Amino acid sequence: MTAPAADPSAAEGPGGPPTPASGGPWSAAASARRGRRDHRTLRVRTSVVLGVALALAVLLVPLLVPLDQQAVDLANKLRPPSWEHPFGTDDVGRDVLLRCVYGLRVSLLVGLVAALAASVLGVCVGALAASLGGSVDRLVMRVVDGISSVPHLLLGVFIVAMFRPGVWPVILSVGLTHWVSTARIVRAEIHSLRSRPYIDAAVSGGASRWRVTVRHLVPGVWPQAALAAVLMVPHAIWHESALSFLGLGIPPHQASLGTMTEAARGSLLAGDWWPTLFPGLFIIVPTLVIAGLAGAWRERINPRRRSELML
Amino acid sequence: MLELRAVTAGYDRRTPVLRDVDLTVADGEAVGLLGPSGCGKSTLARVAALLHRPDAGEVRLAGTPVPGFRHRAPRALRTTVGVVFQQPRQAADPRLTLRDLIAEPLRATGRAAEVADRLAELAPTVGLGGDLLTRGPHEVSDGQLQRACVARALVLRPRLLICDEMTAMLDASTTAALVGVVEDYRAATGAALLAVGHDRVLLDRWCDRVTHLASGSSARA
Repeated sequence: MTAPAADPSAAEGPGGPPTPASGGPWSAAASARRGRRDHRTLRVRTSVVLGVALALAVLLVPLLVPLDQQAVDLANKLRPPSWEHPFGTDDVGRDVLLRCVYGLRVSLLVGLVAALAASVLGVCVGALAASLGGSVDRLVMRVVDGISSVPHLLLGVFIVAMFRPGVWPVILSVGLTHWVSTARIVRAEIHSLRSRPYIDAAVSGGASRWRVTVRHLVPGVWPQAALAAVLMVPHAIWHESALSFLGLGIPPHQASLGTMTEAARGSLLAGDWWPTLFPGLFIIVPTLVIAGLAGAWRERINPRRRSELML
Repeated sequence: MLELRAVTAGYDRRTPVLRDVDLTVADGEAVGLLGPSGCGKSTLARVAALLHRPDAGEVRLAGTPVPGFRHRAPRALRTTVGVVFQQPRQAADPRLTLRDLIAEPLRATGRAAEVADRLAELAPTVGLGGDLLTRGPHEVSDGQLQRACVARALVLRPRLLICDEMTAMLDASTTAALVGVVEDYRAATGAALLAVGHDRVLLDRWCDRVTHLASGSSARA
């Protein structure tokens, strides 16, 4: 009865020292949990800071900075990054930073409007199919399957080809090809809500199909639909860039992240990396920012499902 | 008031929960329906409330054969029946306040003008104070929520009230209060009642007549 009480290894008996995973505030499992949480908060904070910075740049630069993004300066073409031109200049001497900001404006406009349009359309179609049910449901979902069996980009190219180049055809093409995933999500959620007793109560209280859908079902899927809409914004930005890169989207004189990377392809081969790298970063960073924020939101509303980015 | 003839119903045609069930509730009569859990009591209640289409058999409500179920039933027929469900949490839209919950049937049937009057009348009857009406379902107890659900079932003045294990989740005093509310309403309007439950003592005292639904077999009542 002298030492054992003070000696932890003696107190543990035949099992030996405690395994690190066995709990307690300093165990490996706890510190791994803490690490994950720190990692998550770091991601959310970085996303917020970068998101605010980009939003301010996009909103304020065109108002406050009296520079023309289309101003050509052939004497200063393809200058590497310097204090005067932090992101360098492109092959006709235009400031890459300024054009990136203007390009992001176009991309965000396309991303937000197209995601909104696609989500509204998706919610309407999904809610219609689920609340009417039966053969309407089957027919609508087969149409959805048909649309999603064609590659989005191909369908998007087909749609932009029908109009004169500009921002609106791009929005239309992204919006019309991306509502199917939202429609699927909304339909599945409404199907699971339809058998709830409170829907029975509404039917018994004399509510019409329309009222049940609008008052009880759609508000019930609102969080999932809104999340799908937010996750669609980066996807729409990528599509805009892809279409512009192919020369089918935004006309070349207008700054867009896609047209900029496309135009700078030639100079990349000559070793001038800045006219492609920075527009590329301006595509990737907002995508990750939005995905980070949406992921954090999804973990809040549904902690069991892991966040994923729809690209 | 309500007549079920040879009703077979369930969720899978090959294995119906109810087989060939007959049930009659006369005008103003209170009928109790007893049975072990899983025997189809709630399914029978849903059929009687026009919320579930039976596979076979006939349902007559207020003397007329029912032409369809759920939305296929005419609104006027659906609203002759008031339903109170077993679990108030499941039976209340989580996004509505208790006031909106109770007023919803009035608004759904285009009688929004009556909301204030009916609420002023019903809230004290079921024992919901003014503050409670502004809360959401997650901010009140099961008992308080079930009081709101009873008010919702009564708000359209139904001629038949179906209580599907209305008091299963509640304590004795709330049970007594809600049974009192239902009985006061029936005394005032002469409405009929179909009370489903597994509490023989309660149903014996509450109802004029108690009938049994045996597990998986036919019943005659």
